[in-house]
Amino acid sequence: MTEYRFIGKATPRKDALDIVTGKTKFINDLSIPNMLYGKALRSPLPHALIKSIDTSEALALKGVKAVLTYENVPDWLGGLPLHVRILDRKLRYVGAAVALVAAETEEIAAEALRHIKVEYESLPAVYDSEEAIEPDAPQLYEQFPGNVYPLEIQAFGPKSLREIAIGDVDKGFAEADFIVEGTYTYENIPNPLPPEPPGAIAAWEGKDTLTVWSASQGPHMVKVSLQKRMGSINLQSLGSPVGASYGTKYMSWQYVLPAAALAQAAGRPVKYYYENPEHLAAFSLRLGSRIHGKVGMKKNGDVTALSGDWFVNTGASSETAQAMVSVGCGEAQLMLRCPNWSLKPKVVCTNRTASGQVRGFGGQELKCALIPLLTLGMEKADIDPVEFFKKNYVKPGEGYYWRDGFWWESRGIDYTGAIEKGAAVFGWQEKWQGWLKPSSVNGVKRRGVGVGVHGNADVGEDVSEAYVRLDPNGTATIYSGLAEHGTGQRSSICKMVAEVLQLPLERVFVTPTDSRINPFEYGPVGSRGTYAIGSAVIAAAEDAKRQLFEKMAPKFKAAPEVLETEDGMVWVKGQPGTRLPWMKGMRYDSTIMGHGRFEPDFTLPNFMMIFTEVEVDTETGKVDLVRVVGATDVGQVIDPLYLTNQLNGCLGSAGIDSAIFEETVFDTRLGRIMNANMIDYKWRTFAELPEMEHAILETPIPSHRFQAIGVGEIAPSPGPSAVLMAVSNAIGTRIHKYPLTPDKVLAALGKITKQERRGN
Amino acid sequence: MTPTNSRPSHPTITITVNGETHKFMRGEVSNMVSPSHTLAHTLRERLGLTGTKISCDHGACGCCTVLLDGKAVLSCMLLTLECEGKEITTIEGLGDAATGALDPLQQSFIDHTAFQCGFCTPGIIMSAKALLTENPSPTKEEVQEALSGNFCRCNSHYHVLDAVLAVTERREDE
Repeated sequence: MTEYRFIGKATPRKDALDIVTGKTKFINDLSIPNMLYGKALRSPLPHALIKSIDTSEALALKGVKAVLTYENVPDWLGGLPLHVRILDRKLRYVGAAVALVAAETEEIAAEALRHIKVEYESLPAVYDSEEAIEPDAPQLYEQFPGNVYPLEIQAFGPKSLREIAIGDVDKGFAEADFIVEGTYTYENIPNPLPPEPPGAIAAWEGKDTLTVWSASQGPHMVKVSLQKRMGSINLQSLGSPVGASYGTKYMSWQYVLPAAALAQAAGRPVKYYYENPEHLAAFSLRLGSRIHGKVGMKKNGDVTALSGDWFVNTGASSETAQAMVSVGCGEAQLMLRCPNWSLKPKVVCTNRTASGQVRGFGGQELKCALIPLLTLGMEKADIDPVEFFKKNYVKPGEGYYWRDGFWWESRGIDYTGAIEKGAAVFGWQEKWQGWLKPSSVNGVKRRGVGVGVHGNADVGEDVSEAYVRLDPNGTATIYSGLAEHGTGQRSSICKMVAEVLQLPLERVFVTPTDSRINPFEYGPVGSRGTYAIGSAVIAAAEDAKRQLFEKMAPKFKAAPEVLETEDGMVWVKGQPGTRLPWMKGMRYDSTIMGHGRFEPDFTLPNFMMIFTEVEVDTETGKVDLVRVVGATDVGQVIDPLYLTNQLNGCLGSAGIDSAIFEETVFDTRLGRIMNANMIDYKWRTFAELPEMEHAILETPIPSHRFQAIGVGEIAPSPGPSAVLMAVSNAIGTRIHKYPLTPDKVLAALGKITKQERRGN
Repeated sequence: MTPTNSRPSHPTITITVNGETHKFMRGEVSNMVSPSHTLAHTLRERLGLTGTKISCDHGACGCCTVLLDGKAVLSCMLLTLECEGKEITTIEGLGDAATGALDPLQQSFIDHTAFQCGFCTPGIIMSAKALLTENPSPTKEEVQEALSGNFCRCNSHYHVLDAVLAVTERREDE
């Protein structure tokens, strides 16, 4: 393995000093001169029409500068396809915005909301995905009859993947030794809940220049995706450090459009920042996922056919659900080798807070329902799940239909090694006692183990561009639209450039995330930071280095190819005595700009397996997560501490804990979320941490300069189904309704009878 | 907004923040401290000390933790008027004001990359500081208990525990 100066070594984050001293400016820490504060009046009803709305009293309040309703708000749309108005006459969930106010202070804005008089006409509401498609169900949108979103929206080009249709399932089921079927769900719509609520500041100059400061995970895409539809030909998007996102703040129109509309109406800059209860009740939840599925299997565990209807409940609107369905369908194929598929997704809208982009992006939602179905077959075949996943996970040379609808073949890593290492670290062989058998029993406490798997082929998705500028004083500046959202990626790209140019890390900088100066950047999603963003930055650094050597070569009377550089000095290879500083070739009056671009490539699946051990108290029904082992192969570690941080992130952000206690509790009588606060919404505390260990392999990926690929996004995704398996094994009976709260465990044990709740 | 009458006997409120004494008028006019203002609001909006973060704003997440006379408190759950005469320390005041040196805890967080997005980090550091002031050699479990009111969604918990334990005073018998 190559020994590097920075790559693979733990180095402090470039932003560390500001973070630990409180100097980091998140979006709500910014204010700009003359700024107003925006707030939303929100619907108390799950489905209603506004019969009348009177804003005169609110407008008359001193300090109120603008009030917007569906009657005077700009007709800018969000959603997929574009269909969500900023304010609409029809309200489709409790929490839907009814009116927007901009005022001199937050207090005045809040006061103004109380002076808006609204008369509602209540409409019948529907919350369950299958009830919503019944003929007599309440209809949410005229343009989507039956409450079904069209899948033909070409989110990823003309052939965008809309289903998994491979082979002939009838033939596959005929070849099976046995068939298992059932309905499995992942419908507790957990909230990823980054600590920083979403927010933005918007300011107009003239009619066509709009500046947006936002907490977006992909600030450059704010510009690209919003400027045309907002009538601004020059949207200047500035990113702030993101107080985490987990996918949710990538699509930013929900908070950028209201800020921009208010700023336009008031003629002054406006900050629009969600309060925590709004964040919990009126911002992106996970998709609800339900499968009626059927699996044909051979006695040896080979899957001959998989068919099913996949109901995707996206709530009141689709932020990006059809795209998540595409990616989910691709990710299911990475996990399962099966010659005959027929998985038919249906994206349905219902009268609850909208689901949106969340890490795991369709694949987690699909697999959390699909894997429990597969385990029925594994149990019947009496096959160890680790062996099953090992046999089935996509190998180099094997193919899959990816999100664009094209067939791609893996030229990545064989993950067998990572699976075996993970099993060894976890002690799987010793703990696995067979299906529905506990690994140990101690009085009323029973332990069980389970395993789950996930991976995407998105590490090379979409385009990144970067520039690297060299200055004569021996410094390098990376121009990138990459926002820091917690993974340390802005520091990681500095390490990559420092390694290419052999500069001390202290001499490498990144520009602020600002679309006015940086080239195109899709953003850090789909674990693409290391491979896609990294490759663009590395290419820019290599280009800059090439130009530097061309510029310096005459000084040495040598060819550029024989030059070397380190610490801002250049010399002829093998002749260290010829050392000259960059300044000698560049003089004080020039800069060098290297350009880099990454083109999409779906041939590299990444991989994550999670092993879990749980302890179930059969008296109280409480499930404790005792131990977690994550297994992956990252090609090459960029920074060991950034990596373990990301892998440890498997617990929260709608990850593993969505199988144990995290859920959005929804009351179907009122159509309301009952736990939209951080006391009633349960989250894991420092006092309840499981043992955590990771098995990390480094099998080089030849197509990356440092042989590395990312895994951050997918870290939590294998977890929930692994917990289901572990609890089922611990208690000796199948249990599969997320989250496994004590009532469900006791019901499975026959200790209580529990009424089913419907409609999430 | 209608100004309310301040009680004439207490027209001002005085608090000391990071060693500096601040005197505010009490009242509802924009440059005064209102009886409804939380300490978090005053720190952020009046003193510009935005290192103290507000996430839940109702005492559940610990992001707004500051020290009040050396003890960790949730600044979103305290009214500024309750802090008359108190010494407040925020994340900005944790280092050595004279030399600019970081508190060892801050340095340890840097060394262990004990954060990801960093939003909850100031609150976590302040909770840990209060613990170490009271108990310089806590066990791992004691650190976990002391930080159990701090929400960290990126799951940097494990690195945080390493960072805090690295600056504890090891007992001789360990």
